[in-house]
Amino acid sequence: MSDGRPGAADEPRGGHAPHLIRIFAIWAVLSAIAGPLFYLLVGPHLPPGHMTSAASGDAWDLNVVTTMAIIVVLGVWTYFGYCLVTWRSSRVVGEPVVGRWGRGNLLVQTSWITITTLAVMGLFVFGTIELIVPAGAGGGEGPNPVWTPHTKNPLVVQVIAQQWLFTYRYPSFGGFETTQLILPDHTAIAFHVTSLDVIHDFWAYQLGVKADANPDYDNVAYTTTQQLGHFVVRCDELCGIWHGAMFDYGSIVPKAKFLSWATASENRLAPVTKLLPPFAWTYTPSANGAGGGFYPACATGQVTNCDPFGNVATYGGAAKQSAHETA
Amino acid sequence: MAIRTTATHDLGTPGELPPEGVARARNRSPWLDFHVGTALVGAVAGFVIGHYIGVLIAGHDINVDNNGQNNVAICLSLGFGYLGWMAGIGGWNYPLAKMIGREPVGELPSSHWSRYFKYTLDHKVVGLQYVIGVLLFLFTGGLLAMGIRTELLNPVHHIIGPDRYIELVSEHGTVMMMMATSIVIGPLGNWLTPLMIGSRRMAFPRIEAFSFWTFIGGYMIILTAMPFGGFPTGWTGYAPLQTQASGGMDSYLCGFAVIGLGMITAGFNIAATVIHYRAPGMTWSRIPILTWSLLSTTSLLMFATPVLVMAGLFGILDRTALTAFYVNEHGGSSFLWEDLFWFFGHPEVYIMALPGFGIVGEMLPVFTRKPLFAYRVGAAGMIGVALLSFFVWQHHLFDSGINPDMRPLFMLTTELISIPTGFIYLVGMGTLWRSKIRFEVPMLFALALYFNFLIGGITGVYLSDVPVDVTVHGSFFVLAHFHYTIMGGLVFAFFGGIYYWWPKMTGKMLNKTLAKLHFWIMFIFFNFTFFPLLIVGLLGQPRRVFEYAHNLQGLNDFSSVSAYILGSSFLIFVWNFVWSTWINPVPAPANPWGSRGLEWQTPTPVPYWNFERIPVILSDPYRYGEPDPPPVADLGVPIGAAAAAQSFAAEVQLGLDEPGGSFRG
Repeated sequence: MSDGRPGAADEPRGGHAPHLIRIFAIWAVLSAIAGPLFYLLVGPHLPPGHMTSAASGDAWDLNVVTTMAIIVVLGVWTYFGYCLVTWRSSRVVGEPVVGRWGRGNLLVQTSWITITTLAVMGLFVFGTIELIVPAGAGGGEGPNPVWTPHTKNPLVVQVIAQQWLFTYRYPSFGGFETTQLILPDHTAIAFHVTSLDVIHDFWAYQLGVKADANPDYDNVAYTTTQQLGHFVVRCDELCGIWHGAMFDYGSIVPKAKFLSWATASENRLAPVTKLLPPFAWTYTPSANGAGGGFYPACATGQVTNCDPFGNVATYGGAAKQSAHETA
Repeated sequence: MAIRTTATHDLGTPGELPPEGVARARNRSPWLDFHVGTALVGAVAGFVIGHYIGVLIAGHDINVDNNGQNNVAICLSLGFGYLGWMAGIGGWNYPLAKMIGREPVGELPSSHWSRYFKYTLDHKVVGLQYVIGVLLFLFTGGLLAMGIRTELLNPVHHIIGPDRYIELVSEHGTVMMMMATSIVIGPLGNWLTPLMIGSRRMAFPRIEAFSFWTFIGGYMIILTAMPFGGFPTGWTGYAPLQTQASGGMDSYLCGFAVIGLGMITAGFNIAATVIHYRAPGMTWSRIPILTWSLLSTTSLLMFATPVLVMAGLFGILDRTALTAFYVNEHGGSSFLWEDLFWFFGHPEVYIMALPGFGIVGEMLPVFTRKPLFAYRVGAAGMIGVALLSFFVWQHHLFDSGINPDMRPLFMLTTELISIPTGFIYLVGMGTLWRSKIRFEVPMLFALALYFNFLIGGITGVYLSDVPVDVTVHGSFFVLAHFHYTIMGGLVFAFFGGIYYWWPKMTGKMLNKTLAKLHFWIMFIFFNFTFFPLLIVGLLGQPRRVFEYAHNLQGLNDFSSVSAYILGSSFLIFVWNFVWSTWINPVPAPANPWGSRGLEWQTPTPVPYWNFERIPVILSDPYRYGEPDPPPVADLGVPIGAAAAAQSFAAEVQLGLDEPGGSFRG
């Protein structure tokens, strides 16, 4: 402070060092126990699990962030606890004597700022790598994704949200539409999420995938399946009174089983698929279609990239073909 | 130039009326004037008139015929109701009189209790009005929360039902957010700012009263959502659900527009007061840390809130005039609302954090008998938070499908904001170091803020980290996170502030035993309510659902029961409030906590004019632990030769040109 106050008293008796050492020691011991314990024992079981590459990445990220958080929280709690016990009024005789560092200490302040800045920058670099390397970490990347899986031919699954259910279209299999979400194992999946009415959110919890479903908008999220099993799909954006009931279940099955299911569904649903609007990335409600007649945006000429099988029909090209041939 | 410390008799009223205006002030029964009763009559009359005009304009529109819902009539009735409310309280008297060239009727200083029900110019009355106002909001929102937790007692069996439940959720969120924007700025900001900076008034006393009665008007408007069928969007009001919703949505949009008006006016009034009405010697490095926090908060109120008001007006236009700001298929964009809303919404959450930091910054030195550590870093931290808060809003949209290139940038800005927030911990931790800690009730609340906000802040880092956010976004984790920051931080700080300043505000001590009981129940069951919800969110329960997975019932029930006990802790506060203020008042000493703050140097109760003369500030308020500290201010009353000499020295040294030292018309 610069307002020329009288010279402050000298440092109080005893110095700072013993207290600092004690606090640091308590913190170091607590962190050395709690940090690794959490990372090794709890960490591997953290949500959302390991069903897909995105889920694994998110769970590991959560583990690292939580371990760091435990260490930081323990540090602050140790400090506060130590101060509250050591310097509670019943233990301190007389008024505290303020030394020359009572109003601020350049070393303490710059150290604090430096350490927090380094921690934040480290976290930022870590988060960015974890975002980019696993192809967007399962988050919706919008219609022009920049972080994509290495494979060139992910299985495209279109997620169509409406009040209050999800349906799924498989453009590689004739664009049939179903309420069942079945995915093949060890396959890169591209979810194309869109909505027919209000904003919903496609949250496939165990897949580590979350993408808003916006009307007139194609929101793409990637992941690669790596375990068989069932998963929950919930709507994660408030979409009206039945939002809480907007959930269903999906499964990851072996590739062969998926192919037979998809092919069978394609054939079984072919008469219905003919009645559906042609596959498109988004579907615009028709102004004249009272009662919910939905027409693809490409029919109105507003969207140019709506070639229904332009870059999506290649999933498992050979395999699918052979399945057909076998059939 | 010498400092003029004008005496009382040279001045007009705080409303800056010239003497002739005061002379014309009516001197009759206070209840024959404008008051809250006439305001209610005005509101009802305005409502009816607005509705009639709305029916006249749009009653036969094809869309009104189709769905039987006349949004024009609802919006106009709410708008006219608000205008009538303000007319009934007398809010338009002064500007209207000026417009038609008449000298307005002034207000005489009054000590009649009716002043608490009026449009009044005394900042201390407005501050107390705000206390009641925000408690009204808080308890309304709290009761709605009890309803939410009741529905969530069972994963599938409905006690309230999906439709009423979503109304409760939306109403709770909106009411609480409206409350939280003003819970400190309103009561403590208005009551304390002039006293803390050595002023006898706010810069714009009428604007101050305007902001309060507008705030209450907003409260009534948002409550009308229930009879209009509620709104299904939550407090975020996302379009196109907003466009699709029933009449309660109009109450939401109009309510936020009106509350926004109150927030903007309250903000610039406090900012102008701090900038222009500081006493001589109250330099920027001497103003209390609470004043810094209020100043940084007002910058957010002034620059962020207009965005909300305009976004709300676009929404009203979409619903009434059938424009298409947020309607995708007609060329609008649902992203427009999301961006505009969060451009306001994220600075807003710092509106709900910064004042809490200021309050604990005031209390720590008093209850540790040490100066505030790193005062400048703390003030810089608050300004840093305020500035950065305008550059983080897209972290709410990480999974929405916005341009993914922006994600690392917004991850960075969001994480950067934890650096200035961390300064608040540096200030607290440095102040506790080798101090003498008295566990008085306000101090307990201050320490609770540090405990709760640490969890709230750390969980905020989870949300800023995009890969983790994929799991926790939109889940109960988010809900628990922001309850930890807003309730665990701001609401705890508010109650600490009330226990701390209540003796000065009313001259009565609140009962200590009841206060400690309130604190411990509130603190323990706050954590019991919200910590399990962090886990519930991680385990996959989305926000605002009425059905959830069976395996989460245990945690949800634990949280619900804790919430009931948390809610009941406020009954202890209310009882203490009533008991200690009216039933068994214990007079408070002028300075019960031994504070050096300027506000504590005034007599209790604080005189109408705050200070007999404009004080001359001699030092900052945190000089504890010095063997022979100077007085904090020369209050201009005969207090001995030493102080007079110091006053003279300060005069010579500062050479200021009467900042706030005189009244200017």
